[in-house]
Amino acid sequence: MATTPNATTPAELGWSPQALLRRMRGADEIAHLITFIAAATLLLITVLLVFQLWVHSAEARAKFGWTFFVTRTWDPVAGDFGALPFIYGTLVTSAVALVIAVPLGVGAAIFLAELAPPKLSSSLTFVSDLLAAVPSVIYGLLGVFLLVPLMRKTVQPALKSTLGFLPLFKGPTYGIGFLTAGIVLAIMVVPFVLSVSREVLLAVPRDQREAALALGATKWESTWKVVVPAARIGIFGSVFLALARALGETMAVTMVVGNNPMISASLFSPGYSIAAVLANEFSEATGNLYLSALIELGLVLFLLTFVLNGLARLLILVTTARGSGVLPS
Amino acid sequence: MSVRLIWRKSLNAFMLSLTGLCALLTVSALFFILGYLVWNGGKDLSWNFFTHLPAPVGEPGGGMANAILGTLKLLLLAALVGVPIGLLGGVYLAEFGGRTMPFLVRYTADLLNGVPSIVIGIFAYALVVIPMHHFSTLAGGFALGIMVIPTVLRNTESFLRDVPPALREGSFALGANKWKMIATVVLPAASRGILTGVLLALARVAGETAPLLFTAFGNRYWSPGWNQPTSSLPVVIYTYATGPYEDWHQQAWAAGLVLLGLVLLTNITVRAFLSRGSSYERI
Repeated sequence: MATTPNATTPAELGWSPQALLRRMRGADEIAHLITFIAAATLLLITVLLVFQLWVHSAEARAKFGWTFFVTRTWDPVAGDFGALPFIYGTLVTSAVALVIAVPLGVGAAIFLAELAPPKLSSSLTFVSDLLAAVPSVIYGLLGVFLLVPLMRKTVQPALKSTLGFLPLFKGPTYGIGFLTAGIVLAIMVVPFVLSVSREVLLAVPRDQREAALALGATKWESTWKVVVPAARIGIFGSVFLALARALGETMAVTMVVGNNPMISASLFSPGYSIAAVLANEFSEATGNLYLSALIELGLVLFLLTFVLNGLARLLILVTTARGSGVLPS
Repeated sequence: MSVRLIWRKSLNAFMLSLTGLCALLTVSALFFILGYLVWNGGKDLSWNFFTHLPAPVGEPGGGMANAILGTLKLLLLAALVGVPIGLLGGVYLAEFGGRTMPFLVRYTADLLNGVPSIVIGIFAYALVVIPMHHFSTLAGGFALGIMVIPTVLRNTESFLRDVPPALREGSFALGANKWKMIATVVLPAASRGILTGVLLALARVAGETAPLLFTAFGNRYWSPGWNQPTSSLPVVIYTYATGPYEDWHQQAWAAGLVLLGLVLLTNITVRAFLSRGSSYERI
């Protein structure tokens, strides 16, 4: 590597001014350095992001320690803050979203990758990409004025009368709440499940399908018993990716979740999520402790999505590396 | 036919049509959303909507001229922050770089891309709003700019990689330096793809609400210069939709239609433009 000047990184050039100057004679090295700085800026921003979240949450971390995560009270007036209701709400709404979005997205991906003629497949994928581009506040708008009344008058009473024996579907039907937020989230993350799953399904080699068909399998059997298992790690990756999206989604959830820090087994109950409490209270937070508690919530959200995304990328990388090697961006 | 074969064949037909139904449901969501917005917001769109300030509560009429201008200003700032870093970083990944650094940058870019937008808002708040002691257009533009970087960087890299090696070798053979080769051959060859990447990234952040709530904040009036809080379309939609007035709700629908129209139009144009041929076709 060290034999060609273009392949060396500035880190290997040495950082003393003389060494730098000696290397800077050619325009190529200058171009190299400038682009390197731009790339390094990205790393710097990420490090700075973690640093800022860490520093600005210091007061809350020092005061509450680990009890922050198991305390149910959120009382800005008394200065008593616990994250449990928000973490609970975030997890419940995301779980509801996944229960709906994963079968729907994977099913649609199977159709697009295995069955649909190429022309239809690419135009439907195009529409799904457009769906992913719809701003979340638009989903919130439809959620507030269309889905909430629909849930209150039709869907929730129907669920209550049929499945009301389950603790999940008990209690008064407000329209807003965990279930509604989960449904909105589901619609928002389906395009992500779909596009990544389709990608990994397409990366499964053709011979696998043909071998299954040659052995007398039906189309569905070849898909379900051969292709899907071969792509399953990547499909898990798409689920993690969708989960990370759902956890961090702010506006649509804020608008329909009810914004009430409650922990209730019923999905009809209003709740709160980490992102929603940040959206609602951050600009009005008075006092350093209050702000610092909110920023600690932000840190929790960041770490959750960071870990999930990292895991998802690795899984997708593992499956597509054998095939196309394309990483969805 | 044996019973088992009939069972297998009908299971096949059933499951395959079920997957088709999934695809249909997913895709129809977009048309439903668009149709519903046109139906609800279309009638409130008028010339005034684009040229007037919001009317005081209770008075009919009024527009969102300040929010539209605010969004455009925020996008300009986002482009100024995000595009140079993303573009040059992408050039580094595709043209320079050894083994560890590009991997690290690529991975970090993907992770940064997945960071919830509200957390980016906190970051901009800590870095810009706290030192300045007030909300401002600058802070909002900075937040959106951070979100633009990873997309532009990854897109630039992938389009640069698509440029055929023959073009590079040709310019080397003519005696060009590496930077000259990049600036005069590779970048122009990939320019179409890079431009679409930039536009898609901007279209994405144009609809972002969460990072603006406590950076650009909001404003009922014009926001002169770059130092004042500013209104923006997504934040206005949020405020109006959750507000108590019927009149506000109508305005929120209209603004939603404008925002969605803007985002979808950009996406469709840009993607159609991109698919009209590979990015290095011009040379």
